Amino acid sequence: MEQPVKKPEPHDRDLHPRDRGGPAQPMLIARDIKKHFPIHAGLMNRQVAEVKAVDGVSFSVMKGETLGVVGESGCGKSTLARLLMHLMDRDSGEIILDGLAVGEYQGMPLGDLRRSMQMVFQDSYSSLNPRFTVEDSVAYGPSKQPGVSKKKAREIARDLLEKVGLRAKLFGARYPHELSGGQKQRVNIARALALDPRIVILDEAVSALDKSVEAQVLNLLNELKAQLDLTYVFISHDLHVVHYISDRVLVMYLGQVVEIGPVDKIYASPQHPYTKALLECQLSMDPNERVDQAPLAGDPPNPVNPPSGCRFHPRCPFAEDICSSKMPALGDTLRAGRDDHLTACFMAQPGSGHSKAPTQADLLKRAAAHPAPMEV
Amino acid sequence: MTDATSDPISFDQDADLPQAVVRGYWASVWNRLKYDYVTLFCLALIILIVLSAVFAPWLAPYDPEKSSMAYRLKPVGHDKYILGSDEQGRDILSRILYGGRVSLAMGILPVALGTIIGGIFGIIAGYYGGKVNMIIMRTMDVFFAFPSVLLAVAISGSLGGGIQNQLASLTIVFIPPLCRVAETAASQVRNMDFVDAARASGASTFSILKDHVLITVISPVLVYASTLVSASILLASGLSFLGLGVSPPTPDWGLMLSTLRQSIWVQPLVCAIPGIAILITSIAFNIVSDGLRVAMDVKS
Amino acid sequence: MNVMAPAAAADTLVRVQDLKVTFVSREESVSAVNGINFELKRGEVMCVIGESGSGKSVMMRSLMRLHPPKRTRIEGAMEVDGYDIQGVSEKQMRQLRGATVSMIFQEPMTALDPLYTVGEQIAETVRIHENIPQEAAMKRALELLELVRVPSPERRLKAYPHELSGGLRQRAMIAVALSCNPSLLLADEPTTALDASVQIQVLVLLRRLQKELGMSVIFVTHDLGVAAQIADKVAVMYAGRLVEYGSVQDVLLNPKHHYTKGMLASTVAEQEKGRPLGAIPGTPPDLRALPPGCSFAPRCRAAKAQCRTELPPETDTGGGHRVRCLFPL
Ligand SMILES: Nc1ncnc2c1ncn2[C@@H]1O[C@H](COP(=O)(O)OP(=O)(O)OP(=O)(O)O)[C@@H](O)[C@H]1O
Ligand SMILES: Nc1ncnc2c1ncn2[C@@H]1O[C@H](COP(=O)(O)OP(=O)(O)O)[C@@H](O)[C@H]1O
Ligand code: SF4
Ligand code: SF4
Ligand SMILES: [Mg+2]
Ligand SMILES: [Mg+2]
Repeated sequence: MEQPVKKPEPHDRDLHPRDRGGPAQPMLIARDIKKHFPIHAGLMNRQVAEVKAVDGVSFSVMKGETLGVVGESGCGKSTLARLLMHLMDRDSGEIILDGLAVGEYQGMPLGDLRRSMQMVFQDSYSSLNPRFTVEDSVAYGPSKQPGVSKKKAREIARDLLEKVGLRAKLFGARYPHELSGGQKQRVNIARALALDPRIVILDEAVSALDKSVEAQVLNLLNELKAQLDLTYVFISHDLHVVHYISDRVLVMYLGQVVEIGPVDKIYASPQHPYTKALLECQLSMDPNERVDQAPLAGDPPNPVNPPSGCRFHPRCPFAEDICSSKMPALGDTLRAGRDDHLTACFMAQPGSGHSKAPTQADLLKRAAAHPAPMEV
Repeated sequence: MTDATSDPISFDQDADLPQAVVRGYWASVWNRLKYDYVTLFCLALIILIVLSAVFAPWLAPYDPEKSSMAYRLKPVGHDKYILGSDEQGRDILSRILYGGRVSLAMGILPVALGTIIGGIFGIIAGYYGGKVNMIIMRTMDVFFAFPSVLLAVAISGSLGGGIQNQLASLTIVFIPPLCRVAETAASQVRNMDFVDAARASGASTFSILKDHVLITVISPVLVYASTLVSASILLASGLSFLGLGVSPPTPDWGLMLSTLRQSIWVQPLVCAIPGIAILITSIAFNIVSDGLRVAMDVKS
Repeated sequence: MNVMAPAAAADTLVRVQDLKVTFVSREESVSAVNGINFELKRGEVMCVIGESGSGKSVMMRSLMRLHPPKRTRIEGAMEVDGYDIQGVSEKQMRQLRGATVSMIFQEPMTALDPLYTVGEQIAETVRIHENIPQEAAMKRALELLELVRVPSPERRLKAYPHELSGGLRQRAMIAVALSCNPSLLLADEPTTALDASVQIQVLVLLRRLQKELGMSVIFVTHDLGVAAQIADKVAVMYAGRLVEYGSVQDVLLNPKHHYTKGMLASTVAEQEKGRPLGAIPGTPPDLRALPPGCSFAPRCRAAKAQCRTELPPETDTGGGHRVRCLFPL
């Protein structure tokens, strides 16, 4: 049974019956998404500050791809997920699903989005209604669609429960408190699939699980993806898991994207000091390789009043004067191709004024070493 | 058990359990309630009390308002008056039966109306939050700031006497506390991910309130409401006593209790009877609500 | 801080023999721990790894005698620093808790009292065991916060738990636990709720403190990476039994039990992409009705008929590497 999961390449894949834009059209485009939460305090309930939870995030997800999103807790990953799902109103920005802007005039109505995009929630305790049986929870979405009878909805639910490896006969009538964490997460996955979505956002879908159960659920996700032709946005703070499951990786820090690129490039040669540090924080399974010094000092800073310039500069070992005065640009993630690796750090940008920035000579040398054009 | 065991991702140890029946939520609540005999007994008792009040004209041996100077303050077990007679010589049994009509109506109706109105406002305030919540809850706070007795007297006083006005004033008194309970429960549900999951699957706000929020809010609200029934009976009689409800010859448990009070040294047992009626009714309500709470908890 | 005996002192601090813990209620009895044996030397770190519900926390709480005595049946012997945990009086036990054995928990928010400042809580713990004035206790609290490397400790002394980040809260929790120089620290998944970046800070700190103070530590985790970082000895727990026990190198690099092997294979770290992970199928057994033989048999790929009937004994495969399996790897 140890066969590699068949991974469809975007070009040789059969088109999905509901496909609109063709294989070159990204499944999802997020353009400059912003969400700031006001903080009120005092007698008059005046706004005293702002949490810049998501602050200008742009990226695209290709069809059939898994985009991993990583970052420390509080960096805005869950907020981003809720914004993509339209569970929360964004302050600004645009979300385009297979070529159609969502919720806009002549764009895609919210109802269609709900059918095409679904989410698996982080907290498996609060994501199932304790008074609904497993089958009712999964059948709820379909039963709310026009023209789907209660009976049909239940049939869909039972099919899906079997698909996620829960015998409907046995588990259908159970309540969430009678399930283990892994089983609950399977029900959550079944529910997300109940409307036959094309893209699924998984917010820390395996983070609360035991390592052995985590492996079961990751295998299941990979199988379902191949079987149902899905696209994933996989949010996690566990870099091992993201490495295993993603095709491309987006690294977030304090509401912004600091690095994005193909998983192998990011893991083999991370460019941003934050990504490097995160990667060093992964624990090795070998007791002979122990760390004596934590790679990242300090706590993840507060998104209330984030630092000026590069938001990472208070924790960055390479910070220079320019880093606290100017914000390094990431580059245009939407125009970049699938294999491009973009970094928001002055050290990766020639002529930025940082002493470690590459010179023209370095760039030429690098271009000679890698014949493929490499955008920086 | 054919394909599942060979499939590495679905491996059930309890695969040979019998198939469980899928029941709806309310069916499963009833299924649990079915075996709770104490609750069922109290439920039957409440029904019995209500029926005996409804059929009082057929059940009562005497006219409850007819007094008789010769038979004043007879003890329990008197051969004419089984439960004795009051200070005007009226039959206690008949008065209890007839009094139940007013008292039960005043105990149950304001609480029921308050539950519905307060519950709806509370659910709306809790679910929508923000400004809506502030407007509703601050308004409730204004009413909640007064002691309930004072509030009831003030409203009844301004509306005038009569049974409808008494009903209205009691209902208004019970709306704020019930609204508060509903709001607390609803605002907790609102933050649960399953509500977002329901929104994400395209359910309308109304369906979410109906399917997810109501089912969670109903249990704490019912439990709280049941404790208000006895308070309501007493409050209503208080109003009647002040001339703001039913007028004296009409029997009412609370009113009976307060007029018989003067004779407590002469016929203590007779004087206690209306109190016992109130006590039994409110205990029955409390036990039923407690049983309901347990039955509505899927974990039991 | 008085530094205690160096880690080299080779006497035994903890001795647990055939420990069994059963929770009894009217309806059922749950056998959470089913016969555990181990010894821990002074200055040694033992990691207990195992799935959720395998009895790790129950074992730790038994060592502190924290279980409700009415509903819990404890068999076997536990000895910490020469004290018989089952035998000592309740008063003595209260003295032992904190001074000899102390514990840190998975969720620091529930273990710290939200109504008191961090400083007050540390001082309080110090004063339970040592008869010193409040001022001296607060001074000790400050020293302890410095010891666990909380930045700007004077300010943090006056902070309430909710004002601290997860990592700082966990450090405060460690400071409370270390306030009376315990010789045994029980750490129940102290890093599971933390970010990887903060987890590693706490691990490095714990290891350094353990060396400096010469403590013994029993550290519960379900993350093999954490065990690899901090353990001297590793005990693998399954359904309330230690199925494998040995030095960290032996257990993680050369596992003998099929369950340990399965755990290692299902860990995502450094796995080839696109290949299914070697997940252990199924779920742990129901502790109300344990199978008679090897409790891992229903999920074990190497299980034979004998495994289902015969409870595997603990056998030493050499060098103190013990395994409970009839057909070890
Ligand atoms: N007071 C109790 N009464 C009854 N059963 C209990 C009690 N405490 C624990 N258990 C049961 O004992 C078993 C072991 O629990 P324990 O908390 O030790 O697991 P654990 O290994 O620490 O898991 P986790 O990794 O989730 O913390 C579980 O099945 C649990 O339900
Ligand atoms: N409804 C809200 N109101 C105010 N602040 C919020 C709200 N939701 C999230 N935040 C804040 O936004 C930041 C990002 O949160 P979140 O997206 O949950 O992070 P992550 O998922 O990466 O851990 C955090 O600082 C969090 O406290
Ligand atoms: S821009 Fe400066 S501070 Fe920011 S990551 Fe790069 S070197 Fe560090
Ligand atoms: S005793 Fe048998 S079932 Fe148990 S682990 Fe060893 S081989 Fe597997
Ligand atoms: Mg999150
Ligand atoms: Mg535990």
